[in-house]
Amino acid sequence: MRYLCLVYADEATLNALPQPEVDALIDETLATNQALAESGQLVLAEALEQVEAATTVRVRNRRLSATDGPFAETREQLGGFVLIEARDLNEAIQIAGRLPSARLGSVEVRPVIDLQRERSGP
Amino acid sequence: MSQGAAAEPRARIERLYRSESRRVLATLIRVLGDFDLAEEALQDAFTAALAQWPRDGLPANPRAWLVSTGRFKAIDRLRRRARFDAALGELAARLDDQAPDPAGQDDQLLEDDRLRLIFTCCHPALSPDAQVAMTLREVCGLTTEEVAHGFLTGPPTVAQRIVRAKAKIRAAGIPYAVPPPAELADRLEIVLQVVYLVFTQGYGPASGDAVVRPDLADEAIRLGRLVAELLPEPEALGLLALLLLQDSRRAARATAEGELILLADQDRSRWDRARIAEGAALLRRAISSGEVGPYTLQAAIAAAHAEAPTAQATDWDRIVGLYDLLVRADPSPVVELNRAVAVAMRDGPAAGLALIDALLAAGQLGGYHLAHAARADLLRRLGRPDDARAAYTRALGLTRQGPERRFLERRLRELGRG
Repeated sequence: MRYLCLVYADEATLNALPQPEVDALIDETLATNQALAESGQLVLAEALEQVEAATTVRVRNRRLSATDGPFAETREQLGGFVLIEARDLNEAIQIAGRLPSARLGSVEVRPVIDLQRERSGP
Repeated sequence: MSQGAAAEPRARIERLYRSESRRVLATLIRVLGDFDLAEEALQDAFTAALAQWPRDGLPANPRAWLVSTGRFKAIDRLRRRARFDAALGELAARLDDQAPDPAGQDDQLLEDDRLRLIFTCCHPALSPDAQVAMTLREVCGLTTEEVAHGFLTGPPTVAQRIVRAKAKIRAAGIPYAVPPPAELADRLEIVLQVVYLVFTQGYGPASGDAVVRPDLADEAIRLGRLVAELLPEPEALGLLALLLLQDSRRAARATAEGELILLADQDRSRWDRARIAEGAALLRRAISSGEVGPYTLQAAIAAAHAEAPTAQATDWDRIVGLYDLLVRADPSPVVELNRAVAVAMRDGPAAGLALIDALLAAGQLGGYHLAHAARADLLRRLGRPDDARAAYTRALGLTRQGPERRFLERRLRELGRG
């Protein structure tokens, strides 16, 4: 199965980190991604721009609206994602726990649905 | 073929249902990969047994027969439904040629199925409410109504929790598996929590009018036995010891009218000696492993009470020592409160009161009725009736359970008006 690991962290805390710690975090993240890629468990991993760069898109009554800001206002913001390949949720949870961000913030693990299979009929 | 089967086949099949249905279900879930399909298959298999066994006699291995029959019936069902959903046809075909005949599989695999079922129902990705509901429903075989009754909620609420939990298991890919050794300790802790929660709900319901809800306490002990038997880890043994030792006092805990009787006032001849002996033996096994966890320590405290011939003969020094260890193993304000009560018994009410006041000053127990009740009792023993009355009144304001409320009201009446 594929699982999307959504990485949440408090941007204020991250912005307050001294540069050497930021560098160490980036190195550790790149190394973790590399290790997951080598074990065949990484599909895609990206870090996201800060939440000020977010736009929420909605369509209501066939009208598209784009609004500034993220979907939900919480203390922790979505800061990145890792798309992984895991046998089951247990393996996905173990992988999510290896992400350095799991320590600083939280990682939401979401199963990816296969849209082709969800369609009824051919 | 058994002669007895023809004599009273229905009763025998019913007995078999009680003893085997959960094992058969546990294996069918693995074989079929789906809870709902497995439950239907289980019912189909027993329906088939009711039709065939009285005529043909009992099969040599009824459990294996039920699993095989359930599997065939499930494949049948999927084929019939495949007319509306082609994917089910593929699934049926896959089940048909993939799965080896489960009847021929070894005992260890079948025993492990019961553990798989327990660990899946107690998966951390399910909410605690869902873990309890799933465990009682799937592992213990309680009906939705029984689960709802035990937890003072409506059957629709329980049914919805179970439907959601099964949907999550399916959609999130929660595996039907015993966790690997590296994860076992953390995962077992959740299983033990669920067992203990079921027991405390049975033994000291948070609200309502009964002192003990015996069905749930019995169910928890049965479940604790199953876990300790399948996975004899020290804390699994320690928890079972704790349940048995606490439950040994069941008959002495309340009057015939359902009024609460405190430990010190209980008629110790009514304690269940067989349970105490079994609990003490399990406790020794748990301690001999060398790792002593929170459940084992609580069991050791319960054993210290159980082994005292009279309340006066209680070894409070030993109990305080065990609480010291428990505070380190599982720090919580409630454990500190219990330790303070033990200190009061060993060193006098003033020493205990100082500890409780410090705990309340730290601000974590203000809303906990037993903190105020314990404080009230110490004030009463110190000859401070006005303060005691105020503390009992505080406790009463925080208590929802009928027998506990009446106990506090009795104490208030005994103190009279100030």
